[in-house]
Amino acid sequence: MFAELLQFLFSGLTVGAIYALVGLGFAIIYNASHVINFAQGEFIMLGGMATVYFIDLGVPMPVAILLAVVLTVIVGFALEKFAVEPARDAPIVTLIIITIGASIFLRGSAQVIWDRNFHSMPAFSGSTPILIGGASILPQSLWILGSTVAIVIALHLFFNRTMMGKAIIATSHNPLAAQLMGINTRMVLLMSFGLSALLGSCAGILIAPISLTYTGVGIMLGLKGFCAAVLGGLGKPMGAIAGGLIVGISEAMTAGYLSSAYKDAVAFIIILAVLFFMPNGLFGGRETERV
Amino acid sequence: MKSLFKWVGLMALGTVAAAGVAPSGAQAGDTIKIGSFLAVTGGASFLGDPEKKTLEMYVDKINADGGVLGKKLELIVYDSGGSPKKAVPFAKRLINDDKVDIILAGSTTGATMAVIPVVQKAGIPFISFGGAGVIINPVKKWVFKTPHTDTLAVQKIFTDMKARGISKIGLLSGSGGFDKSCRKNVQKLAPGAGITLVADETHGKGDTDMTAQITKIKNAAGVQAMMYCGFGAATSIVAKNFKQLGVGIPHYQTHGSASKSFIKNADGGAEGVRLPAAALVVVDALPASHKQKKVASAYKKMYESKTGSEISSFGGHAYDGLMIAIEAIKRAGSTDKAAVRTEIEKTSNFIGVDGIYTMSPTDHLGLDEASFVMVEVSGGDWKMLK
Repeated sequence: MFAELLQFLFSGLTVGAIYALVGLGFAIIYNASHVINFAQGEFIMLGGMATVYFIDLGVPMPVAILLAVVLTVIVGFALEKFAVEPARDAPIVTLIIITIGASIFLRGSAQVIWDRNFHSMPAFSGSTPILIGGASILPQSLWILGSTVAIVIALHLFFNRTMMGKAIIATSHNPLAAQLMGINTRMVLLMSFGLSALLGSCAGILIAPISLTYTGVGIMLGLKGFCAAVLGGLGKPMGAIAGGLIVGISEAMTAGYLSSAYKDAVAFIIILAVLFFMPNGLFGGRETERV
Repeated sequence: MKSLFKWVGLMALGTVAAAGVAPSGAQAGDTIKIGSFLAVTGGASFLGDPEKKTLEMYVDKINADGGVLGKKLELIVYDSGGSPKKAVPFAKRLINDDKVDIILAGSTTGATMAVIPVVQKAGIPFISFGGAGVIINPVKKWVFKTPHTDTLAVQKIFTDMKARGISKIGLLSGSGGFDKSCRKNVQKLAPGAGITLVADETHGKGDTDMTAQITKIKNAAGVQAMMYCGFGAATSIVAKNFKQLGVGIPHYQTHGSASKSFIKNADGGAEGVRLPAAALVVVDALPASHKQKKVASAYKKMYESKTGSEISSFGGHAYDGLMIAIEAIKRAGSTDKAAVRTEIEKTSNFIGVDGIYTMSPTDHLGLDEASFVMVEVSGGDWKMLK
């Protein structure tokens, strides 16, 4: 009985950590620009597909991963520079639509450049399951959990200890005031796209050995990540992490104890419930405006 | 920026123009026109792409060998993107404008079902490459198909289970069209085969982890085997999860998993999985005495040397459809639609890559359980079971 619970928990934590990373990506861009970047899912896809591509070329895995991350970050920069920035004076809704267009473009290009097949990626350290209390967990799941923790700590330090991080936070609170203080807000927007591309590609690379990767892998993961971000209160990094874990674990528990048919509905039901009763998300403070 | 748009516009125009010009070939009467709409792009392109390549390859080959009844073949292919909505106008265009003699088309069940009324009304022979049984059941006068149905696959699996003394199984299925149809068949056929479903789990589209569902199946009382109904990446993920959890009971999948990428992507998890497959997929493992060995290896050799990619069973559906059509046209001695239709229906003991076809007025598929071979994954490759 306990083993079963533990198994569902492992499964939920693994997927939840990925949702959290994707959710974080949404939160960072939202903070910097109030844009919801629907191309976030494509960063996941690019990370996984590019790594597989470089490995196939004969590049050793760690280098392939590094190259894939760099490539995705460049795409993130390009997305901001060539698609979002030229339209920066447009209403937010227009910008969001631009990101949807960009995501379709990226997915289509990937299909042309690579192919439409599924690709597997070797696990970082073997695929012999580890038995804990009657439940089994893959070494790759530990990699996912460990990397997520490391990334979250690094982000925390970045936002609180570096000038750039603080500039991003300042811009998210009040872009005009930040600009008056000498912060280059355009640079901030560029950085935030790069940063969330980095997070997305990490998520895509970490999950690829478990889930396989293909050009459409980002659609559902992106959507679930978005749920995580909304659940935690859009723009709250810690909220996105908690949101990701909550969505992941409740999906696994639903599949295990209720019916697997309702699994995908869970994330969306949670969202509806939260938005009805706590419109600002679990961690969102009340919006106050000084008159 | 503006000039960029202009370029994009010009390119788009160019593409459209090229697509429009391509189909118009020799004058009517000189050629036998074969019309087709396939899911060449889009989500079902893994079906339409090999089908198109197969048709093109063999039409060229037949023409090089002198054609059929002294006439050249002319192939007209439209890309339906797998969408039933696009398939209908293409079917009408093939019939009314291109005036084709026969239609060999429809990568998906959805696109096939959508054009059936059009084809029935026009009275033109139509051989579909769609999977599900509904296409030919109930029988429609002008509609035939070549791929195995999921019903046949489920029957084949149940026969194997009974031979191993398995009577209680846990079922896991995905949520695609094929997956659902397969699940329905399992539910319907199980009682008759003396098999009880002790667990019946599903997973969503694009799911990356099925350990929760498989844990439930593992812990179901009296479970003796697990069966999975699904397609694509999920087949490999299920096999991986199954291994990770150390379930340790026989594991069955369907012909939806019958591709090398299933074994490769499962990362060792596919070892020991049993599934029914078309002879084409396991052609190298077939004994020389197998009736389909010659046809299947010839197709495999041709496809792999021309395209440079590995064969899939889907291209085989197109091969069988084309060959059945050509045999029927030869027997009919003309392209008279009614005569060709009657001859297709009389197809008997035709050895294709998917099986040995014997059609009849009540059976427009013509394959039975024997057209599948049961295989087990062993040492990273298929091993044929006796």
